[in-house]
Parts: sequence; structure tokens; C-alpha cells
Amino acid sequence: MASIPVEESPPSAPEPRPLIYRQRLSTRIWHWVNALAVIVMLMSGLMIFNAHPMLYWGQHGANHDWAWFAIGAGHVRIGSLVLPTFGLLGVKEGMGFPLAFPSWMTIPSHYDLAGAREWHFALAWLLVAPGLIYWAWSFANGHVRHDLAPSRHELRPASLWRDIKDHARLRFHGGEEARRYNPLQKLSYLAVLFVLLPLLVLTGLTMSPQIDAAWPWLLGLFGGRPSARSIHFICAMLIGIFIVIHILMVLLAGPVNGLRSMITGWYRLPPEREEEA
Amino acid sequence: MTVRLSRRGLISAIGAGGGGLLLAGCDRINANPGVRKLLAAGNDLTFRAQRLVTDRAALATEYGAADMSPVFRTNGNTLPSSLAYQAHAAAGFADWRLIIDGLVEQPLALSLAQIRALPRRTQITRHDCVEGWSAIGQWTGLPLGLLLKAARLSPRARYIVFHCADDFGGVPYYESVDLIDAFHPQTILAWGMNGHPLSVPHGAPLRLRVERQLGYKQAKYVMRVEAVASLSDIGAGKGGYWEDAAGYQWYAGI
Repeated sequence: MASIPVEESPPSAPEPRPLIYRQRLSTRIWHWVNALAVIVMLMSGLMIFNAHPMLYWGQHGANHDWAWFAIGAGHVRIGSLVLPTFGLLGVKEGMGFPLAFPSWMTIPSHYDLAGAREWHFALAWLLVAPGLIYWAWSFANGHVRHDLAPSRHELRPASLWRDIKDHARLRFHGGEEARRYNPLQKLSYLAVLFVLLPLLVLTGLTMSPQIDAAWPWLLGLFGGRPSARSIHFICAMLIGIFIVIHILMVLLAGPVNGLRSMITGWYRLPPEREEEA
Repeated sequence: MTVRLSRRGLISAIGAGGGGLLLAGCDRINANPGVRKLLAAGNDLTFRAQRLVTDRAALATEYGAADMSPVFRTNGNTLPSSLAYQAHAAAGFADWRLIIDGLVEQPLALSLAQIRALPRRTQITRHDCVEGWSAIGQWTGLPLGLLLKAARLSPRARYIVFHCADDFGGVPYYESVDLIDAFHPQTILAWGMNGHPLSVPHGAPLRLRVERQLGYKQAKYVMRVEAVASLSDIGAGKGGYWEDAAGYQWYAGI
């Protein structure tokens, strides 16, 4: 990532609040490499899904079996619930059939299953290899223990509820509190790092017939290839939701400060919030 | 030269041009030969890594009768347009012969009755289409390895090519596997499916089953089995119809 020279706050501002070194080099490198891998895999994954926009549960799942999820022309069906898509999903774009996810969301930006698979599987190396190193490194250097693991106090329902209310009211922590991630931040980062990404990798592997032959326990773990494909899709959607909320929070909490800390490591502590106790 | 950009100017510039540029940029990146090479290298790495970490003899999961798909959907061609094929099908493949040639010391021409009289293997396995669906069916057929031993494969042979009776727009279907998959015990030339003779929509008289690879490898209407040293002279050289026509990976174990 090239850093962009950005004008600092105007000189008339009150005395500058301290800069703290918030993001380690390992976190910053992994964040951007992983962002690239996840976004390309998400977009190429949507293209792959377009080839058969139905999801099944169990050991087999094809057109004659019951699909618990399907995107058709102008609608999404979840179980027996049919929802309209308002022209966003399941739109005809010149192909004979409607595209579940429109071409602007997919890589490549036209129907190309072979090309999407190439992107998806090549970028998977960029997801898995740096991810495993970052995992190991984050345990070794205490990042998981010190920065990501919530304290017992933070996990109490009352404090979680307070954090949820703070987020809903867009009241971001300032001052000393902002030195650390807040509880919801910690939980969501842990969920991505230790639940969603590993599940995506394992269910992805389960869809490979060669891997299934070598490691049949994967089929047992997820209850079949169609089930693994369903879990893969659900986790991908959750990652997509995470990305949207993550970017929204960065924009609302101060995009320049947030971006600087993820590029250079330095984060300016926001001012103390006026507390109403 | 330094260009000073104000924060606001930068953000609005990105906002205005970003959307369109991003899409056009993605297409340009996708078409870039260097990028294609990098992606191909990534996929080659996946192939090698899979071969490295998986046991070459590992068997695909075999299911019970209760797991079988109630309806096993067809895909691709369901009736070859070739008149010669249709005449054979009408005659129950009585005069039809499977040709085994290429880099073999003993070329063979076997009738369907002869093939059915040879040792057979029956397996209930999962068929995974590259598009994402899976169907489970029972297949009965002649292990390909036995056939290749009977034909005395030359040591120069590296791939086995399957020439098929069906075509897409006049281009005949074909597929190929390497010798690891060719001699795998579950790799069979199936003449029976779900307890019945293989039907025409599913690839009669013979359909290849390579159980650790995706559906496009499971060539239907197999007419000829050819042993070759290289795939470069077959079709457009990528080892299979869909590999040549649409850029699918030759290794379909992923």
C-alpha cells in the first residue's frame, strides 16, 4: 500500500492529542494482504455461485433435490420464504438466464466459471498462507491474548449490552478507552479470524473431490459436500456483512485516523467523550 | 514534481471516477497476460500441493444405497448427433467395438459383451459438477487399469485420452487423465448405472468414471481409449474439450 500524503488537521485546532502505536507491522501487512484475498475471493465466489445458484443440505444436491436456498429471476427463496430483490439480484443481463449476482459484483465481470475458479483458487493461497503465519505470530507475540481476547469483565452481558448500545448510537470510545479495541470489535475480529475464515477454508476444501478422497473426515464434519457448500456460502455472506460494517465503522469513527493506523501503525487518540454516566 | 492533493479533493476524485474505473480496471487486470500467467501458476501450485498431501491411492468415499440421488440428473450431451452412434445405439451396440490404441504394445478392439465379461467393479460414488451440484449414483464397469495392462501400455505413455461420440458444434468431446488416475482402482469404464445397463442420456455404451475429479472428466460415449506421451497434439492441446473451449483446468480434483 502506498501511503497518500494527507494534509494534517488545521493549525487552529487545539493542542494535538497523542499519537499511539496501535497496529503492529504483522497486523498491518496481514490486514491488507487478507483484504485483497478476501475481496477477490468473495467476488469470484459470487461468480462461481452464479453457475448453480441453489444450495442444498446433505450428501447429494442437484436440480431434482430440494434446495433450501435459491436465487431466481427477481427473487430470493429461503426455505419456503420468497423475497423480492428489487432488481439487485437475479437479473437478466443479456445471457439467456438471470444472473444470481449481477456482473458488477463478480470477478470476472461477465459469466466465466473457469476464470472465476482460477481467481478463487489462486487467491486462496494468499488467504491461507499469510493467514496461518499471522495466526501463529499473533499467538506468539501476545496479540491474541492482549489485544483480541475480551476480558471477563467485557464479556459480562451488561458491558456487552452497553457496547451494543454505544455502537447503535454511533458513540465511539475516546481518550484512554480508545487505546484498546472495544468488546464488539474484539468479538467480531475473533469471529472472523478464528471462526469464519477457518470454516471457509475447511468447507472450501470439502468441495474438492480429491481432498474428500484423501480426508473423508471433512465430509463427516460438515455432513456432505452440499452441506459444506451451504456453510461456505453462509460464511462468505457473513464475511461480506463484516466488511460492510467494518468499513462503515472506519468511515464513521474517522477514516483518516483509521487508515493511518492500519498503514503506518500510528493512531491519534480521539478526544474523551463527554460521559453522561 | 509534487502534486498536493487536499483530502477533500482526493476523496471526491476517487468518488467520481472510482466506480467506472474500478470495473474497467478489473476487466483490464483480468485480461492481462501476466495476471493470467500468475493465476495459472497458482492453480498449478494447487494441483501439485494436492498431489503432494493426498495419498495417490486414496479412495473416493463410497456411499450406501440409501444415500443415492432419487433422480440422477443428466448434463452435457444426452444424445450424440452422430448417425453412426445412433445406429449403434439402435442396435444395442451389438456390432460396436471399443478401440484401445496409441502407445500400447497390444492394440485391442473389444465388444460390449467382451467388456461386460471382464472383471467388474461396482461403486456408489458422488458425481460433483464444476457448477456446484452433486449427485450420488451406482456405477458398474471395467477397471481401466486392467484394460491398460491387457493392452500392455508402453513405458512412454503418460496420459490416457478418451475419444467420445458426442460433440459440441461439430467439435468432438474428449478428456484425458494421467496414469495416477488411470490406474486408480475406482477408475472404471462404466457400462452399468444404478443396477441397469448405462442409458444413452448417461453415456451408453461406456462412460469414464474418475471418482476423484469433477464431472467434466467423466467422459460419456467413450469410443476409443488412446495412450499418448503428450496432450499437445490432441484437440487444442489442453487435454479436454472444456479445457480447450472454455479454459477449465485440466486437473479437476479441485
